[in-house]
Amino acid sequence: MSATVVALKPEAAEPVVAAESKTAALPSSKAEAAPVAGKTLQRIMNVLRSITLAVLPPIVGLAFFILIWVGISMVAPALPGPAKTWVSAVELFSDPFYQNGPNDQGIGWNILNSLQRVGTGFGMAALIGIPLGFVLGRFKFVNDMASPIISLLRPVSPLAWLPIGLLVFKAADPAAIWVIFISSIWPLVINTAMGVSKVPQDYLNVARVLNLSEWKIATKIMLPSAMPYILTGIRLSIGVAWLVIVAAEMLTGGVGLGFWVWDEWNNLNVEHILIAIFVVGIVGLLLEQALLLLAKRFNY
Amino acid sequence: MEKYVSLEYVDMVFSGRQGKFCALRDVNLSINQGEFVSVIGHSGCGKSTVLNLIAGLLMPTDGVMLCAGREIAGPGPERAVVFQNHSLLPWLTCFDNIYLAVERVFGSTEDKPSLKKRTHEALALVGLTHSEMKYPNEISGGMKQRVGIARALAMEPKVLLMDEPFGALDALTRAHLQDELLGIVQRTGSTVVMVTHDVDEAVLLSDRIVMMTNGPAATVGEILAVDLPRPRSRLELAENPQYHHLRGEVLRFLYQREAKAA
Repeated sequence: MSATVVALKPEAAEPVVAAESKTAALPSSKAEAAPVAGKTLQRIMNVLRSITLAVLPPIVGLAFFILIWVGISMVAPALPGPAKTWVSAVELFSDPFYQNGPNDQGIGWNILNSLQRVGTGFGMAALIGIPLGFVLGRFKFVNDMASPIISLLRPVSPLAWLPIGLLVFKAADPAAIWVIFISSIWPLVINTAMGVSKVPQDYLNVARVLNLSEWKIATKIMLPSAMPYILTGIRLSIGVAWLVIVAAEMLTGGVGLGFWVWDEWNNLNVEHILIAIFVVGIVGLLLEQALLLLAKRFNY
Repeated sequence: MEKYVSLEYVDMVFSGRQGKFCALRDVNLSINQGEFVSVIGHSGCGKSTVLNLIAGLLMPTDGVMLCAGREIAGPGPERAVVFQNHSLLPWLTCFDNIYLAVERVFGSTEDKPSLKKRTHEALALVGLTHSEMKYPNEISGGMKQRVGIARALAMEPKVLLMDEPFGALDALTRAHLQDELLGIVQRTGSTVVMVTHDVDEAVLLSDRIVMMTNGPAATVGEILAVDLPRPRSRLELAENPQYHHLRGEVLRFLYQREAKAA
């Protein structure tokens, strides 16, 4: 009770001050400045508190993570601790773009090469998967036709496709891209089809009353309405692609994070393997966040 | 004045999971050009079905429906619909929502500046010139419904169909939009069919009120001619004995003859 009374007091006092200054036509600056300053201070405190509440839990979590890591590395000396890994990482990232022949290149090249493979594979999957999903969502017959095949192929482990790729393309790099393509196309097809089939009847009634052409219905009604679903599909698909790239590159070689991990395993450079794990995680996180940001724009 | 829209012995049977449901039986209705007709009845009496039939969104199981001498064979822009929940496309601005309709109807015969002019005029008609670049989720419910009306009017339809257009609005906004609609219809001479459950709204706006019996197998119970002089004003009608008499007639039909066990 007493707290509310105290809190109310400055507010209650304000109108009186305002009334006085009006009648007197001489605002006393001191009387007005005091509550304003108090309010500003209160606001700053509130902001600080919300920042602390937002930042503190992740920091505590990270601290625990590092602590556990230190503990494990003390029990199992083969695993380098955080400090050792950090030193190695600083050294590694001080020259990210060196080139000493095809099997020894900077971390930057490895990341870029992996990203490029994922981009190519995913890009082709999007080019085929989104229109395909559109058709499946729009025409029930085609959907019923395709759904047994999709259900059959979707659960196949991505790497099972690698021999097929090697057989058809007779080269490692296209085979890796093929694996990315085939494993990231399903979320795109399924989510696009879902989005298109879930366009609200109200919008379709508008299209019917206006007698819109099939092209206008697709571009002005179906596509924007399905956009949130399509973006979810893209997010899942890139997630899968990034997940698969390390494994695919381990098997196919070349320049890339997956190959680098395998190479450093052969060199028994465990620090670099740990760094690779973090790099893969951070790049994946950045991709995800960028796509979430994009998805927010299409949230009607 | 000739028959402009006519429904003759129209039956509507829905076949659902629990078998067949006869919503409408032998509905006969004719509407003259320039007439404002309201369809009123208890909920579930099939009044929205009547509207969807005229719109062509539903096909009758039996009977004949004509609009301007031609059989109604499907939806089309000459029978524009104002939907109850406005049905604006949320990814288009108010301007673009209307432009989409204008472009569809006049795009083949007119050039772009003329299409834009029509869109601006439609927005001006409902007093929304200032928010033409806003998106539907940035304006109030009443404004959305006004854009919906503007979209329908911009198509210069032969018949304007309105499905409880003000049902989702608060009483003050509703009254305001009714007055606006009254003025717009006066100026444009549109033929309007409006579904409503609001007795005052029906009497205020209509030339005739079609009162539907309760479903299933609902049909036209009575048709009441509203012979109040136009232009009408809400305030003057409040004192008008004829207005109260007509209002009483509709209420008697709804709550005495077709009283519904809630």
